[in-house]
Amino acid sequence: MSASRLAARIVALGYLALLLVAPVVMIFYRTFEHGLAPVWKAITEPNAIHAFWLSLEIVAIAVPLNTIFGVGMALLLERGRFKGKVLLGMLIDLPFAISPVVVGLALVLVYGKTGWFGNWLIGHGIQVIFSVPGMVIATAVVSLPFVARETTPVLRELGTDAEQAAATLGASGWQTFWRITLPAIRWGVVYGVVLTTARALGEFGAVSVVSGRIEGQTQTLPLYVQDQFENFNVTGTYTAAVVLALLALATLVLMNLLTRRTRRGTAV
Amino acid sequence: MESPLPNSLSRSAGLLGRGLLGVYLSVLVLLPVAALLAQSAHGGTAAFWREVSNPGALAAIKLTLAISAIVVVINAIFGTLIAWVLVRDEFPGKKIVNALIDLPFALPTIVIGLVLLALYGSGSPLGIDVAFTRASIALALLFVTLPFVVRSVQPVLIELDRSMEEAAASLGAGPVTVLRRIVLPALTPAIVSGVALSFARAVGEFGSLVLITGNLPFKTEVGSVYIFGQIQDENLPAAAAVSVVLLLAALLVLGSLALVSKWRSKHVL
Repeated sequence: MSASRLAARIVALGYLALLLVAPVVMIFYRTFEHGLAPVWKAITEPNAIHAFWLSLEIVAIAVPLNTIFGVGMALLLERGRFKGKVLLGMLIDLPFAISPVVVGLALVLVYGKTGWFGNWLIGHGIQVIFSVPGMVIATAVVSLPFVARETTPVLRELGTDAEQAAATLGASGWQTFWRITLPAIRWGVVYGVVLTTARALGEFGAVSVVSGRIEGQTQTLPLYVQDQFENFNVTGTYTAAVVLALLALATLVLMNLLTRRTRRGTAV
Repeated sequence: MESPLPNSLSRSAGLLGRGLLGVYLSVLVLLPVAALLAQSAHGGTAAFWREVSNPGALAAIKLTLAISAIVVVINAIFGTLIAWVLVRDEFPGKKIVNALIDLPFALPTIVIGLVLLALYGSGSPLGIDVAFTRASIALALLFVTLPFVVRSVQPVLIELDRSMEEAAASLGAGPVTVLRRIVLPALTPAIVSGVALSFARAVGEFGSLVLITGNLPFKTEVGSVYIFGQIQDENLPAAAAVSVVLLLAALLVLGSLALVSKWRSKHVL
């Protein structure tokens, strides 16, 4: 038994080391192998800085929207009484079943030049596709399910006793939500927000389709990584990737701290 | 928000909230999916079939489904093993290893492609170069889908009552028999659920593949990359047709998962 246990441990850890750990360690090594000077130069490149800020800007719009609507959707799914609840749940989860490229395509078909509302939008001076609004929408779509998914089970576990007691004592729906429901579900919401942010920061496929990839204009940090790679700028590629990897590692640490708070073992 | 004594103010606020939510979901999901379906149905069944049976499209679809199927089988085996080691084994640094499982969800897909290329591309320090081959697709998909099986099996394994295993062992069953007759049957629903989620993710994966596979038509071009190419060429009917095929494949697998788990919860419990 002890020998087979040891063998299982070695195979499992070896698999993880070769698949996950070694490749990530490798790009840190490749990035810093010629010292800090080239890395600093790559970080201070204007297009890199622009890409970084654009990524943050998109996250700063998409994540709060998905947080507010995500909590709303979770409340509707758990507390609402209406027909078509199953359909609503499926609709919310749909972005997880769709390829990011297909999300991009679907948005082009609605908001692009030849799309359903393309002409009308351009006639009103709004360009969605090949500009930032389209990138925000694309990011919001792919990161849509996280907050709702993390909040729904917490709401279910919470039950309605406290909410009903508050209502009987004369609290309005709004007061009940702010004073009773939200404080009880806050860690579930925060966990969802962390997952949403990670996904939004790293989104590539959907944003790539709708952005037009205009250097210094519609290039997010992940798109910048690809652009630098295609231009054979090794240090530029690795440096931008390392910045994203560090943000991902920070996310991982946060996820683990929060998992302990919410005492939950599953991630998605 | 459903309170037992709704006053008119909170009721109208609730209606306003539902309206806004409807608009948000329409703008983000409902209208785009409708437009995609409309585009793919535009020329009728014949046109749809022509786009899908185009040799390049067909090759990409077949490759995607075949490699995704291989990847989920490997995931089922290694994912279960990793979950077992994380639950039943004790070793220093176990918490860190457990945290690392979520790395593929946190790391941007383009970075995943790049890190794999750095170790398993040309100039690999290990002497393994899979860049621009079909093996590179499998490698990238194994990376991005790693957490699904592990994270669905882990909680079931934690809850699993060990007295059954101990009873079987005391009655003379060897470790292999215990594993095959007691542990694996209990884990199967969780493994299947992780496999279905992995498959849906693998079929649509894009970001981690663009750098490492070289996107060679008929060789390493998967469905999502084919769709991207057709969008760039402004051939939206072809892009939409292949998109619908991939979407149906993912929904079919996720839908049957939902049905199976519903059936199980009715008949087993």
